[in-house]
Amino acid sequence: MTTIGLDEVDEVVGKYEAKSSALIQILLEIQRKNRWLPKEVLARVGKGLGIPLSQIYQIATFYKAFSLVPKGQHVVTICMGTACHVRGAPRILDRVQESINIGPGDTTSDLKFSLETVNCLGCCALGPVMVVDRDYNGKMTPAKVKDILESYD
Amino acid sequence: MPRLSSVNELEELRQDILAKRDPQKPCIAICAGTGCLALGCDKVITAFREEVKKQGLEGKVDIRETGCPGFCENGTVVTIYPEGIFYIKVTPEDVTEILSQTIIEKKVIDRLLYVDPTTNEKIIHEKDVPFYKYQKRILIGNNSKLDPKSLDDYIALGGYGALAKALFHMTPEQVLEEVKKSNLRGRGGGGFPTGRKWESVRDAPGEPKYVIVNCDEGDPGAFMNRALMEGNPHSVLEGLIIGAYAMGSHEGFIYVRAEYPLAVDNVRLAIKQAEEHGLLGENILGSGFDFKIEVHQGAGAFVSGESSALMTAIEGRVGEPRPKYIHTSEKGIWDKPSDLNNVETWANIPFIINKGVSWFNSIGTDRSKGTKIFALVGKVNNTGLVEMPLGATLRDIIYKIGGGIPGGKKFKAVQTGGPSGGCIPEAYLDFPIDFDELTKLGSMMGSGGMIVMDEDTCVVDVARYFLNVLRDESCGKCVPCREGIRQMLRIFNRITEGKGEEGDIELLEEISEVMRDSSLCALGQTAPNPVLTTLEYFRDEYEAHIREKRCPAGVCKALISYYIDPNKCQACMICLRDCPAGAIEGGKNLIHVINQEKCTKCGTCLEVCPPRFDAVRRMSGEPIPVPIPQEERVISRKEKQ
Repeated sequence: MTTIGLDEVDEVVGKYEAKSSALIQILLEIQRKNRWLPKEVLARVGKGLGIPLSQIYQIATFYKAFSLVPKGQHVVTICMGTACHVRGAPRILDRVQESINIGPGDTTSDLKFSLETVNCLGCCALGPVMVVDRDYNGKMTPAKVKDILESYD
Repeated sequence: MPRLSSVNELEELRQDILAKRDPQKPCIAICAGTGCLALGCDKVITAFREEVKKQGLEGKVDIRETGCPGFCENGTVVTIYPEGIFYIKVTPEDVTEILSQTIIEKKVIDRLLYVDPTTNEKIIHEKDVPFYKYQKRILIGNNSKLDPKSLDDYIALGGYGALAKALFHMTPEQVLEEVKKSNLRGRGGGGFPTGRKWESVRDAPGEPKYVIVNCDEGDPGAFMNRALMEGNPHSVLEGLIIGAYAMGSHEGFIYVRAEYPLAVDNVRLAIKQAEEHGLLGENILGSGFDFKIEVHQGAGAFVSGESSALMTAIEGRVGEPRPKYIHTSEKGIWDKPSDLNNVETWANIPFIINKGVSWFNSIGTDRSKGTKIFALVGKVNNTGLVEMPLGATLRDIIYKIGGGIPGGKKFKAVQTGGPSGGCIPEAYLDFPIDFDELTKLGSMMGSGGMIVMDEDTCVVDVARYFLNVLRDESCGKCVPCREGIRQMLRIFNRITEGKGEEGDIELLEEISEVMRDSSLCALGQTAPNPVLTTLEYFRDEYEAHIREKRCPAGVCKALISYYIDPNKCQACMICLRDCPAGAIEGGKNLIHVINQEKCTKCGTCLEVCPPRFDAVRRMSGEPIPVPIPQEERVISRKEKQ
């Protein structure tokens, strides 16, 4: 688990000129770098922008892109969009859950995988779609799940 | 590159670019959109680049990474210009051959061609493929002709010509008048006249004024905005700058949802290029007009696609909608007049300015002008993006372009309009699609998502699916939406689990009515649409679930079972090995039997059972036969003669 340094947090805040309207963009950037938003980081952002911590938590809990707990090294995202749904996405999700023994929103205890579902990735023509980090896998079948997951270490 | 400071300089640049280009030089256009990326186009592109070097073809052939041309089902798609030879499902293994055969020897490789499933004819050229042939590709047509990362490509195609025309030959009032007369309506789904929206922002008191591109394409099953933003970002920028000029705005925002990383990359690059060339920033093309654009990335919230919610998200706050009586055209971002239009709406603007109102008005129906891009997905042969004049029928799109339903299955319904739309059955396939007609059927065109469902799709499950999406996405601000969706979902969960009761249907209808009348924003007001349309057209399926505990389509897990017919099973071990739950008993020469206690109903056995045996059956609403006794399970095989 990487933990972002507070000076790095200040840097991100500085990049957006400490504008309070950039709060979401700042949190997104930290989330990308650190894979989650620790409390002390949020407090630091609040200090930099002059925004109370409660308001930052309001944002961090409203939007799905943010996580308040550490995320795994690899994020597995299953598209649950309508097109993927009618082509069998729930079965892909079932198989992934069986393979890594966690439900959507959870992270494996060894911090290797996190499992997410999303309502549409916009690759509807290729449903069902499973994304690992930024690798897209189209036309998924339950049988392919195991091999793909095993290719990440 | 020095900044362009006049129209002449833009024209000179265009002529320069064109003069350097040989139209006869072979160009390999490879789709690099997210769809083809999911099918491995990055590996194909790398292979082409390496192979070009290896065969010493550098400088003799161009490789162009394009945006999405729409024919995603057959990715990776590769088009060879100038001939327009069209190859589908290209893999890195095909690359050497394409270069040596098609580029050098000018021969067509048969096996990579598209075969028309109806005539079995092999089709060589892109323009003859039925999927493309029947479309009217105005907005998306350029996607395969340009590299979204190249401003030169866009300029070579006449790009920013409309901006130059607007800035130097038209007053802002004339631009506004033109857009009003074009009758362009909002492509995000609302269908509000764009010109009127612009006018109210222009006339609203208060400075500064903001203009916004909504690329928070949240409807599951719709991806036309992604394709435009990824594939032709400059066309959206050009439209936006023209709109800003008409409305007197000097600051714009592009809001892109978190799930579209490639679109964010491409539009950021496009903005940088436009700034460097003097097409954005101060004194655009020397006209004295200033305009800057900021990209704002969403953080994952469906409701933020609603205009007032999106504006609060841009302010860095929680993206929740507010009541409609406060118009965003007067009080939008930071309470200043703000105009928000969908990506596709903006992309129409340069065409209207360039080609004129009468051209635009010649396309479409009486009240819905122009084309619309539809995302054709689900159980249909040719999935992808389809651009048609408004007023085209569902049948045209699903059968003529989409090539019908795969696997000889029967069409059941098409879901349009995303979670706010509804399911339309076969009887209405000849209905024209525009802003008003589908509403009469209880659905809507919406942003253009079109999900085709066949007989294996359970409409009750689909309605439940949408409620499940909306339950997560409702912001929770107003009670009818927050609680209504939750209660309806509970009822649906019961129905699909075989615990439905008499009166459930009536209760669903009652909750729907309350939500429709009293929710704060369109998300809640239209949330019941999928429920109401499926109830109207497929009531018998609901009744089968509730009364007979039967799922006619065989989808709802609690209501189905799998069974191996002992008379057909050949004890081939395939299903036994593949069953992820280890629920199949048997062995070599021992007829396989499913242990119903262990079975998770994943359907793998049905899928893998060889069609010549056809031994696995999905059952619903009937008792599972008692497994045959152990001693009768042995199969004695005759030796091969």
